[in-house]
Amino acid sequence: MSAIALEERPLNLAPDAPILRAQNVTKRYGFITGCEDVSFELFPGEVLGIVGESGSGKSTLLNCISGRLSPTAGNVEFATKKHGLTDLFDLSEADRRRVQREELGFVHQNPRDGLRMRVSAGANVAEPLMNLGNRHYGSMREDTITWLDRVELDLARIDDNPRNFSGGMQQRIQIARNLVHSPRLVFMDEPTGGLDVSVQARLLDLLRHLVRRSQLAVIVVTHDLAVARLLADRLMVMKDGHVVETGLTDQVLDDPQHAYTQLLVSAVLQI
Amino acid sequence: MSGQTFIEIDNLEKHFVLHNAGAARIPVFQNLHLSVKSGECVVLAGVSGVGKSTLMRSIYGNYLPTGGAVRVFHEGEMVDITSAPPFQLLDIRRRTLGYVSQFLRVIPRISTLDLVMQPLLDNGVDAKEAEDRSKFILDMLQLPKAHWDLPPATFSGGEQQRVNIARSFVLDFPVMLLDEPTASLDAANRQRVINLINRALSNGAALIGIFHDEAVREAVATSFFEVSEFAAKEVA
Repeated sequence: MSAIALEERPLNLAPDAPILRAQNVTKRYGFITGCEDVSFELFPGEVLGIVGESGSGKSTLLNCISGRLSPTAGNVEFATKKHGLTDLFDLSEADRRRVQREELGFVHQNPRDGLRMRVSAGANVAEPLMNLGNRHYGSMREDTITWLDRVELDLARIDDNPRNFSGGMQQRIQIARNLVHSPRLVFMDEPTGGLDVSVQARLLDLLRHLVRRSQLAVIVVTHDLAVARLLADRLMVMKDGHVVETGLTDQVLDDPQHAYTQLLVSAVLQI
Repeated sequence: MSGQTFIEIDNLEKHFVLHNAGAARIPVFQNLHLSVKSGECVVLAGVSGVGKSTLMRSIYGNYLPTGGAVRVFHEGEMVDITSAPPFQLLDIRRRTLGYVSQFLRVIPRISTLDLVMQPLLDNGVDAKEAEDRSKFILDMLQLPKAHWDLPPATFSGGEQQRVNIARSFVLDFPVMLLDEPTASLDAANRQRVINLINRALSNGAALIGIFHDEAVREAVATSFFEVSEFAAKEVA
């Protein structure tokens, strides 16, 4: 597998400015707590994994910190290109959507939530480029083909509708759609859940390259600790809406401190 | 650089608490002091279960020490890895602190050559030079050329271990931790690894190693360190 040629930016080895800062983020649904009092900082080029069982509040947290769901309390600041660290929920609806569209990416667990099912695979990948004001058909087609190739999709099917692809292929189209416009931060909710293991490996490698070469920051929610180990620099372990443990990925997985993390790690099947 | 202390372990303590076994407290070591200078290779001695690997992992930072400090000479200053922020610890591992484990743990489906090049690329070495240096070390470790374009998943234990060694020794880490790097190697390959270790030492690296093989131990050790002397007392 050849290394992927990407725009080289200097390695930022001691980042002093976070790209995202969450402070005491809390979300309640009536009497039910989605997540409570979550604080962290994320730096450019960092991959943060959020792990925990289903119902632990991972997806609620992801929706809050990506600006898709207004938290009940706390704030979420993102380093926008124009204004630096800005609270996403202080922005007007239109500005927040513009930041989400131009500077962020969001890969849904279910590809049907992140794709337009009535337009072709190629159009799905090209659309974010058009949203950025790109009107040159040739260059958009070139970028689209590059990305479909990177996620190992058969280019002969570029004009097919997403609903005619398998679930795994749909997920790869969604990932291409969310990376094509060079976002600086991408949120992923169980991105490799429906993929067969060989494609999963290819995607993990692709994401690692992107992170290293372009200082892309990623927040990935996963219940798959093997994926977390290979992809994430740091982990946050969630249980019942609370972060129970954080640390460097191999420290959390090799020497878990909290009872729940110990249970989680010891429950992994070995192959 | 000669005489510079590269690793300084100060009053280190480690015990495990197993919450799912009635909060059982497993003490390993306490009051542990060790310092390693440039050009030294300290071999951890002691019977199996005494805490050699635990000490090694506490230095690398994938085990969290219960108390004390582990300072590593990084970019001109001693940095305590037990309190360093994550990005700094990752930077230390990328540039200063190498670790050869017994097992190869990598993303599947990536060729051996790409795996060996990866740490060089991570350090900003240009692709052509990274490829040349990687090929040189794979050749030196006598890994058959036909294997270079294959992912190592199907390789024999000894071949996988040599890929692992190549990934660490392709960079000239100033500090290296070697956890039984020769465990599944034959005599000829063992000798090649001994040569690599001795070359690193003469270049001024500081090494801490675990070797069950006496021949290797004798060939590389500048001193021995008995982990059992710092065994933690059972606390009721």
